[in-house]
Amino acid sequence: MIEFDVRTTSDNIGVVVPRGRLNMVAARELRERLTGLVEAGTTRIVVDLAETTFLDSSALGALVAGLKTARQAGGDLRIARPTESVLTVFKLTNLDKVLRPRDDVESAFHG
Amino acid sequence: MSQRRRYVIRVVALVTAILGVNYVAWRWLFSVNWDAWWIAVPLVLAETYSLIDSLLFGMTMWRLKGRGEPPEPEPGLTVDVFIATYNEPLDLVLDTARAAQAITYPHRTWILDDGNRAELKARAEAEGIGWITRSAAWAGMPRHAKAGNLNNALEATDGEFLLILDADMVPSPDILDRTLGYFRDERMGLVQTPQWFVNVPDDDPLGSQAPLFYGPIQEGKDGWNAAFFCGSNAVIRREALMQIGIARYADEVEVGVHRALRTAKEVIEQARKDLGPGDVDVRRALDEIAYDIARARRDLDRGEPLFDVTYRFQKRVAATRRTLVDADLRALHEDLAIIAGLEQLGEAPDMSLATIDETALRQLADREWSPLGAVETVEALVRSIDVDRGGEAQAVMPMATISVTEDMATCMRMHGLGWRSAYHDEILTTGLAPEDLQTMLTQRLRWAQGTMQVMFRENPLVQKGLSIAQRLMYFATMWSYLSGFAALVYIAAPIVYLVFGVLPVQALSTDFFVRLVPFLVVNQLLFFVVANGRPTWRGQQYSLALFPTWIRSFTSAFGNVFLGRSLDFAVTPKEKREHTGYRWDLVRPQLIAMGLLVLALVVGGVRLALGHASPFGTVFNMVWVVFDLVIFSVIIKAVRYRGFEPESAEEPAPAPAVARPSDQGAA
Repeated sequence: MIEFDVRTTSDNIGVVVPRGRLNMVAARELRERLTGLVEAGTTRIVVDLAETTFLDSSALGALVAGLKTARQAGGDLRIARPTESVLTVFKLTNLDKVLRPRDDVESAFHG
Repeated sequence: MSQRRRYVIRVVALVTAILGVNYVAWRWLFSVNWDAWWIAVPLVLAETYSLIDSLLFGMTMWRLKGRGEPPEPEPGLTVDVFIATYNEPLDLVLDTARAAQAITYPHRTWILDDGNRAELKARAEAEGIGWITRSAAWAGMPRHAKAGNLNNALEATDGEFLLILDADMVPSPDILDRTLGYFRDERMGLVQTPQWFVNVPDDDPLGSQAPLFYGPIQEGKDGWNAAFFCGSNAVIRREALMQIGIARYADEVEVGVHRALRTAKEVIEQARKDLGPGDVDVRRALDEIAYDIARARRDLDRGEPLFDVTYRFQKRVAATRRTLVDADLRALHEDLAIIAGLEQLGEAPDMSLATIDETALRQLADREWSPLGAVETVEALVRSIDVDRGGEAQAVMPMATISVTEDMATCMRMHGLGWRSAYHDEILTTGLAPEDLQTMLTQRLRWAQGTMQVMFRENPLVQKGLSIAQRLMYFATMWSYLSGFAALVYIAAPIVYLVFGVLPVQALSTDFFVRLVPFLVVNQLLFFVVANGRPTWRGQQYSLALFPTWIRSFTSAFGNVFLGRSLDFAVTPKEKREHTGYRWDLVRPQLIAMGLLVLALVVGGVRLALGHASPFGTVFNMVWVVFDLVIFSVIIKAVRYRGFEPESAEEPAPAPAVARPSDQGAA
């Protein structure tokens, strides 16, 4: 099962922490959470994957959809702290070549 | 499939290949009549075309795979059944949906209604059938026809597997029980089953059934792990589909941004030229953007990730835009002051116009409203240096949108990422075929155009990730659609001989026949052993008789892919059309060809009688002409066909499990 922690930092950066398996069933909820943040005015979002044990292509699709929504609102979506196994899924689709995961949530929007 | 049958097929395929290569090599080296090169070269090219077609067919059959009984499906899989519709009659869609609901393996049924019909929604939901139409994100975006419809539904659902059905394809209750088992192989991405039509008489005048394609051809491709998706009656693993969507997205944003950066300099220079001398602010903004573009290129060259580079670039352009808007606002305030001045003038008529600042007035008239917005090309350029796919409803499009037939392109990408496919040769759905010539021609044209688009845009021969055999298997289908050009030559050559006495070969010698006849015989024998009782004649007829359609598919897809022209795409109507007299106009090129062939027979006869032609050459070419006419006779039958009438008033009998009427390499 999956749980999502969603919070907004003092400089209005949204932090989403999916805990558990991020699969095709969870992907839709993730997409809705991301859209919800942007619609509420938080256009800079960090998805912290440190506690995501599994991630499939549908979840990647939700992340890309969230990125699209955030960018079109003038913001961005960044990925932080993926585990090795999660990073493998990024590599399978060459997504790792265009997207750099950040080492921690705090600095995700600095540099 | 028995070992013996496979052995027989391989022997015949090998003999066909040897005799074919022997004949065509001899034709090129020793028998082309170069004096009549204008017909001799086209003929030897057409023969080479046919040889390659035959070799690819032989290769397809080499590994003919009979999968037999499918494995049992694992319990507890989640499945979404998609019924794609655009404008089909509601009863037809609902009949299919009800049958889908009755599928025994647990699943959810969805009608994907691209027509957004309120009545369909109400009736579907009343029966507990899901109804999906395009989300708000599609407003004003390219719709991508059926591929777009499926992509939209993928976002709205979450089953592990998808069964895709066209609106007229009524599934049998066991369709999932018979196909899901193949997915025990965790690299299995797709299982395709045959398309079979109930409303087709036994003699299949329109060549609707494709018993050779949905049978030995797909089974042969399956042997090379290249059985492909035909748009309906297939089960797909969502993960495979999503993965190709993501991979494609990563690829395309990278290619797209680099392309935009390469053209940037030109676009900005052109925009600068088009500016008037007064646009100082815009000129400065363009300089800033040019600088930012150069910087983005440098960052990418240094290996910085595309996402970060594009984000910084967009931020900087946004700042430039803001500066411009600020300048605009300042100007607007000044304008307002002038207007206020004018109003005062109106209220106090004794004040003279001379008191108003004239230069300010002139500027008010000249100034454009939105300085950077007016430079559309630059705005478009800036938009394309991003990874958000701003011009599309969805960033990720799993179902390929490069062709009007999304199926083949999608499947090729899937194979490219290492997924496997299976062809399960059992009729598990019954569909409706076109019942009139015009609809049939539209449908064949659409398939052929789609295939040609894929050939031009993503030629399988150069796709990384595909094995050599997979490349050839995809290419074989494309190659078979080029038969229209060969058909022209096969019509022209005997006419030229009978009318003008010009022979494209050096001599109709023993040498010639000794090489040609055995090849033709084993080639037909190969068809015969492969077909194993399935009718193939209709398919052979249509592959030549529809030559205008095949040629048009090639030229229109070429114009579309390379010259940006429209394809004149049409959705195939599923309902019966009113009978409006025979449509001979639809087959005019074929009728002209037949007329010329008959004329050639007459002229040839006269020339023979007058002693102007050799009896042997005349008779040989007359046999050829008669063969051509027999091939083309199907066109007459097709025009005269008045639609399907079941033999009795009852429902048509359920399809027999194995018997399938005729073929043309359909997809």
